[in-house]
Amino acid sequence: MANSASTDAFVEFERVQKSYDGETLVVKDLNLQMPQGEFLTMLGPSGSGKTTCLMMLAGFETATHGDIRLDGVSINNIPPHKRGIGMVFQNYALFPHMTIAENLSFPLEVRKMGKSDREAKIKRALDMVEMGDFGGRRPSQLSGGQQQRVALARALVFEPELVLMDEPLGALDKQLREKMQFEITHLAHSLGITTVYVTHDQTEALTMSDRVAVFDDGRIQQLAPPDQLYEAPVNSFVAQFIGENNTLEGTVKEIKAGRALVQLDDGGLIDCTPVHDSVQAGARTRVSIRPERVEYNKDRLQEGAHTLKAEVLEFIYMGDIFRTRLRVAGNEEFIIKTRNAPDQVRLKPGEQIEIGWLPEDCRALDA
Amino acid sequence: MSDTTDTGPVLAADGTPLKRSLARALRMQKLRALMLIAPLLLFVLLTFILPIVDMLFRSVENQIVSETLPKTVVELQEWDASSGEAPGEAVFAALAADMKIAVEAKTHTRLGSRLNYEKTGLSSLFRKSGRKVKRWDLAEDAPFKQKFIDIDEDWGDVDVWRTLQTYSPAFTNGYFLNSIDMQKGVDGPEARPENQQIYITLFGRTLFMSLVITASCILLGYPVAWILANLPSRTANLLMILVLLPFWTSLLVRTSAWKVMLQQQGVINDVLVWLGLVADDSRLVMINNQFGTIVAMTHILLPFMILPMYSVMQTIAPTYLRAAKSLGATNWTAFWRVYFPQSVPGIGAGSILVFILAIGYYITPEIVGGTKGVFISNRIAYHISSSLNWGLAAALGTILLAVVLLLYWAYDKIVGIDNVKLG
Amino acid sequence: MKFTKLTALALSTAICAPAAFAADMADEMTIVSWGGAYSKSQLKAYHEPYSAKTGVKIINDESSAEAVAKLRAMNEAGNVTWDVVDVVAADAMRLCDEGLAMEIDPDTQLAPAPDGTSAADDFGDLLVSECFIPQIVYSTTFGYRTDLVGDTAPTSVCAVFDLEAYPGKRALEKRPINNMEWALLCDGVPKDEVYNVLETEAGQEQALAKLDTIKDSVVWWSAGADTPQLLADGEVVMGSTYNGRLFSVIEEQKQPVAMLWDAQVFDLDGWIIPAGLSEERKARALDYIMFATDTQRLADQAKFISYGPARKSSAPLVGKHAELGIDMAPHMPTDPENAKNTFLYNYEFWADYRDDIDAKFQAWLAK
Repeated sequence: MANSASTDAFVEFERVQKSYDGETLVVKDLNLQMPQGEFLTMLGPSGSGKTTCLMMLAGFETATHGDIRLDGVSINNIPPHKRGIGMVFQNYALFPHMTIAENLSFPLEVRKMGKSDREAKIKRALDMVEMGDFGGRRPSQLSGGQQQRVALARALVFEPELVLMDEPLGALDKQLREKMQFEITHLAHSLGITTVYVTHDQTEALTMSDRVAVFDDGRIQQLAPPDQLYEAPVNSFVAQFIGENNTLEGTVKEIKAGRALVQLDDGGLIDCTPVHDSVQAGARTRVSIRPERVEYNKDRLQEGAHTLKAEVLEFIYMGDIFRTRLRVAGNEEFIIKTRNAPDQVRLKPGEQIEIGWLPEDCRALDA
Repeated sequence: MSDTTDTGPVLAADGTPLKRSLARALRMQKLRALMLIAPLLLFVLLTFILPIVDMLFRSVENQIVSETLPKTVVELQEWDASSGEAPGEAVFAALAADMKIAVEAKTHTRLGSRLNYEKTGLSSLFRKSGRKVKRWDLAEDAPFKQKFIDIDEDWGDVDVWRTLQTYSPAFTNGYFLNSIDMQKGVDGPEARPENQQIYITLFGRTLFMSLVITASCILLGYPVAWILANLPSRTANLLMILVLLPFWTSLLVRTSAWKVMLQQQGVINDVLVWLGLVADDSRLVMINNQFGTIVAMTHILLPFMILPMYSVMQTIAPTYLRAAKSLGATNWTAFWRVYFPQSVPGIGAGSILVFILAIGYYITPEIVGGTKGVFISNRIAYHISSSLNWGLAAALGTILLAVVLLLYWAYDKIVGIDNVKLG
Repeated sequence: MKFTKLTALALSTAICAPAAFAADMADEMTIVSWGGAYSKSQLKAYHEPYSAKTGVKIINDESSAEAVAKLRAMNEAGNVTWDVVDVVAADAMRLCDEGLAMEIDPDTQLAPAPDGTSAADDFGDLLVSECFIPQIVYSTTFGYRTDLVGDTAPTSVCAVFDLEAYPGKRALEKRPINNMEWALLCDGVPKDEVYNVLETEAGQEQALAKLDTIKDSVVWWSAGADTPQLLADGEVVMGSTYNGRLFSVIEEQKQPVAMLWDAQVFDLDGWIIPAGLSEERKARALDYIMFATDTQRLADQAKFISYGPARKSSAPLVGKHAELGIDMAPHMPTDPENAKNTFLYNYEFWADYRDDIDAKFQAWLAK
């Protein structure tokens, strides 16, 4: 995260702060650069400041301090209707008293566009979201998914360069959500639009984005492409927040050749990759291992790898995977996931096993 | 039950046709529902529907003539009013017989009051005649024609008898004709003399002023409702108390307060004179006219406009305005094209409420309305409590009810009644 | 055994309850009057002594203004809750005509004068209806602001129609009665011709034409309290009202207002007993009337309000005001000094012409 303003950034937050009550900061020192055409997701728990950031970008909230720039121009003092930013709202905010076509016509009318131009654009936008036949209907006559498409079409119909989406899929059922996730990314990329997407659903963030900014406590905890975020979280918040994660606590015994030897509180030893700055010999640390990276088949473990004893507490058959809950070093919520393959062993509750992993899959983070 | 290819009716498990058992099940439900609303239904029926039916009935009912003078009415059927002569002895004999009974029952004066609405002088004619007839002997004192004319020469007046004949049927449209400035003439309905025409003017004025009051309530109430709907609920509740405050003071007190404010030696005029905006000898006339009525009634009815508007506006999510702005609309366009249309149901509900309340108001117009600011309801009240012409009051009330229903129907046609929300 | 006892108890309660209830009724009566200072004068002069003498509880109802309509409604509903009602003579006639009031025989049902003169003679021609027991003589007359009429105080009722000598607003009652008579008097019609003229269409038009000359300067009142208030506020220069109301403005509130007794219109106010009372209540009501309209009681009322007693025999007994201590006789409308030019309200005439002339008057007002 560079603090200096880079000239090629399309959207840029520089040292932005926001406070509502003058006592606490909702957004603390936010810095962010987005190149044109990027699909960036702001992910975080509620109250983490992500929506506030989006609203500041849209112009509905003013930054208490700092600068927000769009295409190099500071937009702090530009009212929302002059920013030319498309926006999709959580509950779509389709105007209930207008038909679908009128909803789409609205942004074009306020831009004083001629009737024939308007009609052509509306048709194109509706076709784009496969809603071409619904122009004459009212929003209340459409299903949630259809309304979502219309909201998207309305945000895009006036061809903005930047589109903001505030948890747009929150109200849809799982299947529809997954379909829409794909469609939105597809549309954004094919139109080359810069998109800022706010969600608290990490799967959505991972599947859709070029980059994800993980928010917590008014700060960006990590800004990275999805795979990095998942596989290389930089702190325990991100590790916890993104995907399923097992944590064990212990003390760093020594750091050698880029490996940290951690002694768990019950005495067991494990090899980890030190990630956080605070991971020093003698310091407390929290170790994070993804469930699918845990191995209990001794044949597949590396020679000389440290292992831990574990007791099987529960075995859950989930179709494509097996999910097994273990007791490891006093932690009863230790999960492992294994692929449902023909040769896979199905563990039984009560079974005593030994587990291990590759040192690079085990990340020693801040305590 | 996949093979339903047979054409017979679908049967329930016990073999009865499914339709019938469904109907039975539903009937039980409906009956239970009816039982639940029965107390209210009964209450509304007794206290609301029946009085209205009674009012409708009174506006055409006229049995008093044929009940008080049964024989006379029969005899009078033969009489030809266009003959120009009072009826013969047979009618007077019947009148004497009827009057004798009526005087015993003291109903003759009541009939006199009733007929006095139609022809001036009949009240005292019946009262005076009653005293004399009381002392007559039906068998010995005949013939009666001259005797009646001796009591009062009006008994020889063709007009008196024509009035009696015209109003002898048990039902009459006379009250309704009167309500629209007409009367029963010799050749059917005719316009009343111009110096007695008043009701059409009053109906028109009532409608016009109610519309003006409704419009001023919208203009004044909309911003207030908007502020209430957009403030944090703590502050909004506090302000709501201020809106409701007038409800907690008596109507008379509020109206009288307006008198103190608006009269020529009143607070507003005093302030204007003090500021030098108005000369002392040309103080503004703001009361005892239409202006006074409109001001006072707008104030009194304002909460009825604000409350429905407020509750509708509360349901309009602020994201609509944000959405409109993000789509490029200025504040004004966003309000006018997006917010305002969604608040129309509240305006509609408030307007219907205020208009219907305004149309029936009479205390406030009576106090501050002077001569030009009074409503039709003031005349209705007068006929109920002073002139006791309840038939006319009922006819006026029925017409008012019809006008309200008509306007309601028109509103439904133009705006659509489903476009009315109380919240 | 137990059963029969219970039954007997229940039966006796059922039988006794109505009897007890009826006995209650006789101990309590509802008297309807006008409220304000007038009701207070009745309370002091009649109710309190009567309650002290008989122990009857008197409930005061201030509904006289709507008494006629309410009595009619009660009568139709078959439930008359009033025992004695105070009404003006015209209303008493109306109630009598409608069969809503009971006929009274003055010789047997009213107290004779102390000197043995029969009640019929003592009241004389004030017994305008068979159902009416006169109580007071009041007058409708004018009061004027002494500070607003210039150097020459008005001495004639025609000052009301003289806008040049007495500019400013005047208050008149919003009904034809009295106003039509004054208009004709001031248009040159001799006093004894007034009702003959008013009987004719031309006469009615003449009266309205006279009223038309001051129409723009008139404030129309409908409640007796209006004119005193308008005078006190300086809203009107002069106005008609009941003489008792003016007395309180002048003597009690000490406002700069004076009486214009010229062409004062005498009217009567008194009692009626509603028709259809039970025997017990009727007896009670008659007993009250007998007491309250005797010579001394009527004279007593004049201690509290400046209305003249309706009995000839009461006049010499009129004394000083109970609180102000001033002589009441000079404030009585019947005082020779005040009654130099009086006008007698013609009940028969208005009973016949009220509806007709009122329609014309209201049409004229609305023009």
